[in-house]
Amino acid sequence: MDTNRRNFLKVAGISTLAGLGGTAVVDRLVAGAGMAHATTGAGQGAEQAGAAKAGATRYGMVIDIKKFQMDPGLGEKAVKACHQIHNVPNFPEKRDEIKWIWMTNFENAFPEKPNLYQDEVTEKHQLPILCNHCDNPPCVRACPTKATFRSDDGIVGMDYHRCIGCRFCMAACPYGSRSFNWRDPRLFITNINKDYPARTRGVVEKCNFCVERVQIGKLPACVEAIIDSKALVFGNLNDPNSEIRKILKEKHTIQRNPSLGTLPSVFYIV
Amino acid sequence: MFEKALKGNNYYWMWLAFLGFFVAVAVVCYLRQYFYGLGLTGMTRDVSWGLYISQFTFLVGVAAGGVMLVLPYYIHNFKAFGRITILGEFLAIASLLMCMMFIMADLGQPLRGLNVLLYPTPNSMLFWDMCVLWGYLILNALCGWVILTAERKQIHPPKWIYFFVYLSIPFAFSIHTVTAMLYCGLPGRHFWLSAIIAPRFLASAFAAGPALIVVMALILKRVANFDAGKEAINKMVTIITYAAIANMFFVCLEFFVGFYSDIPGHKHTLQYLFFGLEHHGHVYNNLVPFMWGFIVLFFVGIALITIPYTRKQSDLWLGIGCASIFFAFWLDKGIGFVLGGFVPTPTEEIVEYYPTINELFITIGIWAAGFFILSVLYKIAIGVEHEIEA
Repeated sequence: MDTNRRNFLKVAGISTLAGLGGTAVVDRLVAGAGMAHATTGAGQGAEQAGAAKAGATRYGMVIDIKKFQMDPGLGEKAVKACHQIHNVPNFPEKRDEIKWIWMTNFENAFPEKPNLYQDEVTEKHQLPILCNHCDNPPCVRACPTKATFRSDDGIVGMDYHRCIGCRFCMAACPYGSRSFNWRDPRLFITNINKDYPARTRGVVEKCNFCVERVQIGKLPACVEAIIDSKALVFGNLNDPNSEIRKILKEKHTIQRNPSLGTLPSVFYIV
Repeated sequence: MFEKALKGNNYYWMWLAFLGFFVAVAVVCYLRQYFYGLGLTGMTRDVSWGLYISQFTFLVGVAAGGVMLVLPYYIHNFKAFGRITILGEFLAIASLLMCMMFIMADLGQPLRGLNVLLYPTPNSMLFWDMCVLWGYLILNALCGWVILTAERKQIHPPKWIYFFVYLSIPFAFSIHTVTAMLYCGLPGRHFWLSAIIAPRFLASAFAAGPALIVVMALILKRVANFDAGKEAINKMVTIITYAAIANMFFVCLEFFVGFYSDIPGHKHTLQYLFFGLEHHGHVYNNLVPFMWGFIVLFFVGIALITIPYTRKQSDLWLGIGCASIFFAFWLDKGIGFVLGGFVPTPTEEIVEYYPTINELFITIGIWAAGFFILSVLYKIAIGVEHEIEA
């Protein structure tokens, strides 16, 4: 075998190996991206978003903005229930702030839908925002320790004991849903709930869709707190016969910044 | 070889004591932060990264900049860099150690840092950043030490070391590319979501890193009787000039895309950084002076290092020129880039960041620790050079 041929074979062999290795890495990298490419248009329905990941369960929520407008007390009730049950501290200073679900203006929740001539009701009233439990969550992609993860039921959870506090997930979340424990939160929790862990300083936290309640068949705390109003509806997006899917079929809903391809599981009836 | 660092004149020890003082202050400040939490910094849930991460980002660039000496010397056989490649390699070591200290200072739970290794997560860019930063640190320590030892014995370095020298070149590019990918892959942060971030990072790194080396070389010429040589300095100035202009070109492209497309999201951060951003009747502009400082210092620096009169007239002008470029790009990347990216927030609010005194002292202390390490390493390198000459 002459030298040229030998060299050629060597190079070809090495590049094939490199190519295989390379594709493996790329596959791994885009694995988290799922089928995001299928949905780039704004305001896609549950069918499209639900199709992204197979599986029996994908929990989601529908928020009826109109009901929060008609009864301004609802929001506060839902927020209080959540923060009480999850030991979310109440800091006197805004810079330390931690929040799981909170009321905000339409323009802050949907900055990609600006309107110079916003109707008065929308302009005056607030609506709740919380973690979107994206089907394709950027925070999970960014986390270097898998301390934040997407469960099979679609809930994006947090492991407070693994989180190293790098706050990469906070930079990655395009909805501002994540908070960090800048200082020891325990001193600022009134009425501690012993059934749910309080956090330590230096870790990130956020809404967990009440995974600890959902797993034992209860509804999330915010939903339960205002259950009579039906302003918040929680359910399985992958079940075509669920209540949430019926509502999504009947009403026009929107999601927060869907053009980013994160496939939020929280829908808003405007 | 390390004994070279233990013998020095009074100025050497006074310099180390001076730096040591700031390190000691930073240790106390860090202990305060450790026991209280990161609430002692100016960071909030809206601006969740501050000075620590912005310094880290800039210093990765300084570390990568050393390759601008290694590459011409080993690939293009540019002999004039022979004496100073070690300065680049040792600068990379000191910078990377600073990077790691900044990361540790920024972690909410520093004792859990090893979780990144215990639960390796290939889809996180931070995991890859850790891999390339450690890789580049080990490569530089290995290559620098082996080649310096060989030089001291006045023999050729062992052949196997060249494998690692050549490997360190793509690693230098990779550390800053992966660091850029920490930012440019995040949806919803318009300012960072730009494919030009990695090339821009590299361009500013290849200007700032060599600029610092030139300043160091000029200082060493005065205080340590170590002459890098006119040819080497001139070539480095050429590299700095082109890299600095490339960075400014990329900045202009960002402006063009933002302002010609006129898409608000693409303009907001640039407006905030350079002109102040108006929001609900209030103008937010706390970074504006830094950004114009960046522009002014760039023009001062580029003028001083390109106009033949100032470049050749005296080392002082050249040194000021290179220092201006270094500070300009520090303002650009070490202040504006990271802090600006958080404005406005994803919920279209504006929260400004002001570092606290405690945070500032930790930051200064880590820089001091880096220069401490750098001084010791340079002392060793120059000690060896003098020994050979003697």
